[in-house]
Amino acid sequence: MRLPRLENAGVDAWLVRLFDSIDEANMPWLMALCRRCEDAFGTALVDLVPSYTTLLVHYDATRLSAGEARSRLASILADLRPDEETATGAIKEVPVWYDQSVGPELERLMAATGLDRQALVELHAGHEYRVFALGFAPGFAFMGSLDERLAMPRLDTPRQRVPAGSVAVAGRQTSAYPRQSPGGWNLIGRTPLTLFDQHREEQSYLQVGDRVRFKPVDRAEFERLGGDTRPVAATQEVRS
Amino acid sequence: MSEMAITGADALRVEKAGPLATLQDAGRFGVRRMGVTQGGPADLHAFAWANYLLANAWGAAALEVTLGGLTLIAERDLRLALCGADLGATIDGEPLAPWQAFTLHKGQRLAFGTPRAGVRAYLAVPGGFMGSPVLGSLACVTREGLGGHSGGGAPLAEGERLCVDVDALAGALAGQARAVPMKERLDYLAPAVLGLIPGAQIADFTGPSLFRAFHAEWQVDARADRMGVRLTGPRLECRLDSMISEGIALGAVQVPPDGQPIALLNDRQTVGGYPRLGTLTPLACSRLAQCQPGQTVRLAPVALGAAQSEYRRFVAALQA
Repeated sequence: MRLPRLENAGVDAWLVRLFDSIDEANMPWLMALCRRCEDAFGTALVDLVPSYTTLLVHYDATRLSAGEARSRLASILADLRPDEETATGAIKEVPVWYDQSVGPELERLMAATGLDRQALVELHAGHEYRVFALGFAPGFAFMGSLDERLAMPRLDTPRQRVPAGSVAVAGRQTSAYPRQSPGGWNLIGRTPLTLFDQHREEQSYLQVGDRVRFKPVDRAEFERLGGDTRPVAATQEVRS
Repeated sequence: MSEMAITGADALRVEKAGPLATLQDAGRFGVRRMGVTQGGPADLHAFAWANYLLANAWGAAALEVTLGGLTLIAERDLRLALCGADLGATIDGEPLAPWQAFTLHKGQRLAFGTPRAGVRAYLAVPGGFMGSPVLGSLACVTREGLGGHSGGGAPLAEGERLCVDVDALAGALAGQARAVPMKERLDYLAPAVLGLIPGAQIADFTGPSLFRAFHAEWQVDARADRMGVRLTGPRLECRLDSMISEGIALGAVQVPPDGQPIALLNDRQTVGGYPRLGTLTPLACSRLAQCQPGQTVRLAPVALGAAQSEYRRFVAALQA
């Protein structure tokens, strides 16, 4: 497939396909493309969804024809350069209490990898991750790439209620659940941070392109930061 | 928060909430990169005509009543408009047909029964229902806990009140009557033909699957909500199993490995990784949102230019 490519996504959207594989180096290009679209479309821009290798550009079809929108995108692509400002990405720290009670799949990972808890934590927290996309729920950041040794398939049966703040891994990715929701990722710990708050100026703590570092904290520090120590098991017993 | 410049007043009290009644405006935009979905009326067509009847601005907040069961009591004299599904609505027991504006006097009861045709009815008020926008919109998305009359994404509940702008109300009670053209009063029981703009993965489906996609009758599955509608029918084979997740547009028709398409609607997740046949037109999304489980639909390929012209004519007619 020749890239970049413009793919139709309906009467008022084009999907710009820049790359064909997941790579942290994609993100400065995608961030630059977002900025250029904002400039080129102005108030005719409705929404942008950057994700791993693509950008969905949703425009106002009462003001621009599909052809006009397409040629604006084509001219951006003709001289697109990675964004200098965002190339490095903002650095965000996410404190995590890695504990069996809030990360029940730590055991599964230990069994699968042969590593002890300490080594697992060092492996997860010792790497800097990129936010590739947000989705699934407000503020839910898909981050990678996880060390191959930590790559685990999703749970066969998703949990009905994953507690807010749960830090999880699936495949070569890691994330944290902003609010209680169903979910099938492997839980390994919990962050005390509020990852999404619609009343905050920066509603989502994590943004596409950010560089994220997980910082291990003990129970006392986790509680001091406002973390909820209720074990995952306890929240599963609640039946509505 | 500053004082609101417009004066709000309680207009309607919820006597019985029914299965799902939510406030919707045009939708929540500019925040999808944070994983926040767009929301908005599942049937934009009926929603927009309800607002048209009261000369409201595009996207004024209206009530989306799903499957009926809702009972409202007027707390003052009101001018209202009802469009979309026939949910067996009555005023103090007297039948009320959709696609019209009407007056509900203080103390009168507007009750929705069960679906006769369609699934979702839209109730508009002059100036739109009032509330505090969340991320720029009143659209209620229950899954995300965002928007709606309360701000927290909850559907209407018994005993709650809905608020209107009294100045807009006074103007409407004195205003000219508007009507919805007959051709726009859709027959939701008729077989639906859904226009689909072919997408980038169309050539990855096998030839026989493409033939089936556009010639078979598809049944609307019971698994249908504001996130999406599953269609059941012949199995569609795609050479791609899954893809890297990418942004998903309204109306995208994705085909997971089970070969049964899912049309994604207003409350869909912002990104997804299944191959897609293409994208339904906005009016096809609206039409699909009125199909009851078991109803038959067909998919018809449409050219992008024709689809965009149809959309522009729809928007222009409402601004006449």
